[in-house]
Amino acid sequence: MVRKFVAGAAIAASLVLPASHALAQQPELKIFNWSDYVDPAVLEEFSKETGVKVVYDTFDQMETVDTKLLAGKTGYDLIVVTASFLPRHIPLKLYAEIDRARVPNLQHMWPEITGRLAKYDSGNRFAVNYMWGTTGIGYNVAKVKQRLGDAPVDSWSIVFDPAKLSKLADCGVHVLDATEEMFPAALRYLGLDPDSKKEADLTKASQLLQKIRPHIRKFHSSEYITALANGDICLAVGYSGDILQARKRAKEANAGVEIAYAIPKEGALMWFDSLVIPADAANKEAALKFIDFVNRPEVAAKNSNFIQYASGNLAAQKHLDPAVLNDPGIYPKPDVIARLYTITPYDERTQRTVNRLWTRVKTGR
Amino acid sequence: MSAPPVAGERGRLRAGRVLVLALPYLWLAAFFLAPFAIVARMSLSDSARALPPYAPHWEGLSRLGAFLSALDFENYALLASDTLYLDAYLSSVRLAAFATLLALAVGFPLAYAMARAPRQWQPALLVAVILPFWTSFLIRIYAWIGILRPQGFLDAVAQGLGLTDAPLGIMNTDAAVLIGMVYSYLPFMVLPVYAALERIDRSLLEAAADLGSPPWKSFWTITVPLAAPGIVAGCLLVFIPAIGEFVIPDLLGGPDTLMIGKVLWTEFFSNRDWPLSSAVAVVLLAVLLLPVIVFQRALKAREGSR
Repeated sequence: MVRKFVAGAAIAASLVLPASHALAQQPELKIFNWSDYVDPAVLEEFSKETGVKVVYDTFDQMETVDTKLLAGKTGYDLIVVTASFLPRHIPLKLYAEIDRARVPNLQHMWPEITGRLAKYDSGNRFAVNYMWGTTGIGYNVAKVKQRLGDAPVDSWSIVFDPAKLSKLADCGVHVLDATEEMFPAALRYLGLDPDSKKEADLTKASQLLQKIRPHIRKFHSSEYITALANGDICLAVGYSGDILQARKRAKEANAGVEIAYAIPKEGALMWFDSLVIPADAANKEAALKFIDFVNRPEVAAKNSNFIQYASGNLAAQKHLDPAVLNDPGIYPKPDVIARLYTITPYDERTQRTVNRLWTRVKTGR
Repeated sequence: MSAPPVAGERGRLRAGRVLVLALPYLWLAAFFLAPFAIVARMSLSDSARALPPYAPHWEGLSRLGAFLSALDFENYALLASDTLYLDAYLSSVRLAAFATLLALAVGFPLAYAMARAPRQWQPALLVAVILPFWTSFLIRIYAWIGILRPQGFLDAVAQGLGLTDAPLGIMNTDAAVLIGMVYSYLPFMVLPVYAALERIDRSLLEAAADLGSPPWKSFWTITVPLAAPGIVAGCLLVFIPAIGEFVIPDLLGGPDTLMIGKVLWTEFFSNRDWPLSSAVAVVLLAVLLLPVIVFQRALKAREGSR
């Protein structure tokens, strides 16, 4: 769910780390992860310690991974997969079960996160949480204040109330092009169950989305990062990590753009990016070693400090940079966490219905 | 007594000829017909939670009957019943046709100037037309985002010249998609038109001038008809990729931009509906075949009239 830097068509940049010893038969670990989602030093340390050469490829759309997995062989030993895809993939036997005895550092996992992840992967048999976050509202502080006054941005109403959103239309609004994000948010705002699969509820949600559609400049799942950072738009519904990245980039550019991230008080969707081992992985051994390595509390913290995402590893929090740990956009307070929701996937028929509704919203027909 | 070896030689010659002729057909069969058959078969299947995500799967000749009976035209019925798809096809045809006309309007004068330029310049001019291909297509489209975005390069220039105060607001509209397509496919228009113009015998124009034809008349009655095959080829080379374009509408277009390439992408990747997206692709191919058939007919009619 984290789409960064390189958007659009799938660009896989492969980074082959300098081999610590130049043996032809050196074991390899092929990892497929979101772009900018690891501290490169962590990969180097892993290679140095284990002698396993890491071949690291990146993607920027979950659909790319999904299609590779569904088509058959991926060629990777370890993949980072978004939890909402797990219930579809696990029955197809795409993944190898994690041998927990071989990954002692799993004892450091955060029960709150593991428990919620179990909704997608019953018994936590196949997936180990890597990072997690929320889907909320990113905005340009100055531009929103200028148009809506001093009222705090803390509710979905800024998106779903046409009277409010229309005031922001001139400076630009982007929302995610993803049914599994936008329908639950709309349902939550309407006071309905965000996980509802009832056609009547979904139709109500799509009617709400139709109403705000004239004020939306673009439905896209990655362009808002650059657009927010450049000050081209003033509001985006997007993934926490992406918006925090836009905030960081805007700060670095020093062009007077200030970006903030808000988790709406009605609650927001919580997402989990998790490590899985494909059933046909060539080097499951190394994949397990890597899962154990990144869950050492110090290593997990190093990774989180670098990429600024919340880790699923509880023990890592002791080693975190206070600026990361105390950022409510990265680590929400417990009362906010309590209001976050998760959803289950749509069945094939409902998925088709939702897709039709969503296409109608997007095209205004 | 010399007859049998001659016959053998002839036979070998014929076999060689058949082989040479068969090669392009084998190529077509392996790289066009076979993939098309797979797509067509997928378009008759049902979406399913399976690997790959559709059913039925081929289980050998003994199950042929069961396999065939599981295929149906449900996906095509959905394409026909939901106006979204028709709208998307029509809107793609419209945008691609506009892009083709604009590319012709820009490309023809360019090709004409190139063909009329001094001989020794022409290779350099040709390289200049092809040069943009040395940069990745994706990066060039991203560069257009930089130009068209609010407060981008174009806005800065327009405001600097005092033409306007407000942002032009071209980004994320159909206009931006058109600009992107005309820009990307312009070389495909320029090259065939240039090739056709370059072949025109200039003595024909001189003869027309000697006989008192004004330049504009010579242009319309001599240059344009002789360049027609190049113009048509250029139009097809722009129209066909433009109609199925995905990247340009995705990056430069807005919510109002409805193109079949994007619909196909959504059905395939987001909705994981491989059968429906295959049906979209088959219909798209049929839509694309139409202009090619019309072109072929026109060519034949032309040859016949000579």
